[in-house]
Amino acid sequence: MNKIKFIAIKEVRHILRDSRSLTIAILMPILMTLLYGYAINLDVKNIKLAVLDFDKTRESRELTQKFYNSGYFARPSASSDISDPERTLKSGDANIILTIRPGFASALTDLRSYELGLLIDGADANTAAASFSYSGIIIGQFLESKLPPGAEMPGVVISQQVLYNPDMKSSHFFVPGLIASILMMISALMTSVTIAREKETGTMEQLLTSPVTPVQVIIGKVLPYIGLALLDGILVILFAVFHYGVPFVGSMWLLLFFGIIYIIAALSIGIFISTLVRTQQVAMMAAQITTMLPSVMLSGFIFEIKNMPQVLQYITYIVPAKYFLLIIRGIMLKGSSLHVLWTQAIFLVALTLILLSIAVKKFELKIG
Amino acid sequence: MSSVEVAHLNKTYGSLRAVKDFNFSAREGEILALVGPDGAGKTSIFRAICGLIEYDSGEIRIAGYDTSREFEKIKPLLGYMPQTFSLYPDLSVEENLYFYAGIFGLKRHQFNEKKKLLYQFSGLEPFHNRRAAALSGGMKQKLALSCALIHDPSVLMLDEPTTGVDPLSRRQFWDILKHLKKDGSTIVVSTPYMDEVALSDRAILVHQGTKLAEGTPDELIRLFSGRVYLAKVQPTTERMEKLEKIQGIISRRFGSSIHIYPRLDMTKDDFYGQLELAGIGPDIIEPVSPDLEDIFIQLMGD
Repeated sequence: MNKIKFIAIKEVRHILRDSRSLTIAILMPILMTLLYGYAINLDVKNIKLAVLDFDKTRESRELTQKFYNSGYFARPSASSDISDPERTLKSGDANIILTIRPGFASALTDLRSYELGLLIDGADANTAAASFSYSGIIIGQFLESKLPPGAEMPGVVISQQVLYNPDMKSSHFFVPGLIASILMMISALMTSVTIAREKETGTMEQLLTSPVTPVQVIIGKVLPYIGLALLDGILVILFAVFHYGVPFVGSMWLLLFFGIIYIIAALSIGIFISTLVRTQQVAMMAAQITTMLPSVMLSGFIFEIKNMPQVLQYITYIVPAKYFLLIIRGIMLKGSSLHVLWTQAIFLVALTLILLSIAVKKFELKIG
Repeated sequence: MSSVEVAHLNKTYGSLRAVKDFNFSAREGEILALVGPDGAGKTSIFRAICGLIEYDSGEIRIAGYDTSREFEKIKPLLGYMPQTFSLYPDLSVEENLYFYAGIFGLKRHQFNEKKKLLYQFSGLEPFHNRRAAALSGGMKQKLALSCALIHDPSVLMLDEPTTGVDPLSRRQFWDILKHLKKDGSTIVVSTPYMDEVALSDRAILVHQGTKLAEGTPDELIRLFSGRVYLAKVQPTTERMEKLEKIQGIISRRFGSSIHIYPRLDMTKDDFYGQLELAGIGPDIIEPVSPDLEDIFIQLMGD
């Protein structure tokens, strides 16, 4: 126990003295959060909406106004000619055209059946889907405010409700994924590099002839990095909650618990990598390839797993980020308890134990 | 009983046989030097003894313990100084010592006492706050030795501790070793420098993984069976090439002159005549007593 302490103290000194790496370890998560936040923005805004209002009543103008005030739709530029709907869409002057034929206001008062025309450019499927659902919501809200209580609009009324992320903000979705991939990268990268460095500088030789066991070396070396990774995780969560307004509904302690298990899985991968390589540079590259790609691409962070080819879907079972992502999304956004998350929890714990035992087994006290 | 016993040690790297059936033993209170050029297999022997590499066959015992089975018992007795500078460059002198004291299980007060002692002989006290990376070559080696000595080992394995160190520091380093020897430690040291053989109690000449010769410095000198002549001329490349073409002699650069070894069956007249042709007259040639390097070259030639 005492020897572990000495190894950990030494490792903390290494971390604190290497100001460049320390800066990267702390700034990188924040920079990545900003980068992902603004670059990978899946929110659709400023959809260009052209309104052909043939009704020209107070009600039709009110509906138009409601669209533009929603924040999702923008007016087409004043110079564009929107008289021909098809040409307007093709030229890109507008992404969506709302046609209000005469009789809109009277249909409202008489509770008569009426058809609103909505023409949507489907070339960009993402924008089209968003336009469709936003329009549905706006029209629904407008009708609700106009009709007398209890009255029903004849015809079909779209009823939509989005749960857990009611504003459908993509930051709510990517921040948990970002935490999962940052924790994986920092933990695996830093441990593999720190062990490779001891090999490279020759200090490993001296360490191996001293009376310490492999387990003591591993624990002593990874403890400080668990701390650093947790610090990174907390930084990103604070940033997400206060800058992007991502909700944190669930239990912080439950997340911390799973966070530590997940970090141990990542550290195990790092140790495993370090047993295979001799230099810091190779360790860094190997860690990036084996942790960054899977935790971004195969975890469900950006691409949905159920849409992947079958082979890739099988591979995702051994990606720890997949389970942690479900857990952190559940805890942060939905306030899920262990009761709901137990399958992911079992998979994550099992995978961590497997990775850890491989790492300890492979970490031999020989240099070649 | 010898402190270090190596019997029939073999180590191969792929098709390269780095160590071939190597045997030696080192006793308590002696400095044993393993001498040989780079790639002779010295480091492989050291690493095998210190439990760092698997070896193909052979038996190694330290203080009677078998290294392959009872290495945990050996660790507290063994002080190892690897060939490469193997301390933490970003830690200070004192922090390096503190770390090794910690993993060898020294108590705080034990560390403080030992530290004082180590600073005394190494002269590192004024630099105790300096990062190891900023030390000079000689000071680095003294720090590495101090770290290897922190737990009072009875067997010291020092792999080329003086390579690349200035002559003054080398001498100081050997003074420290002689001092340690008096306390009864067993010291095995490897070196590429022939002149360090004279400082050791016994030496083993190592070449291509085998033992060429073994003995005290005097015994080794007596091994030399031939004659050696000193030619007081500059060993220019052109001159060395000419000498190389002459049958029956071996020559090598010796500082700013040349050492020449005639074969035993070569007559004096023939020898002088041949040299005359290479532009070296009899007036600048004189017989000298062999040094250890001459012996090494003779043995390697055999």
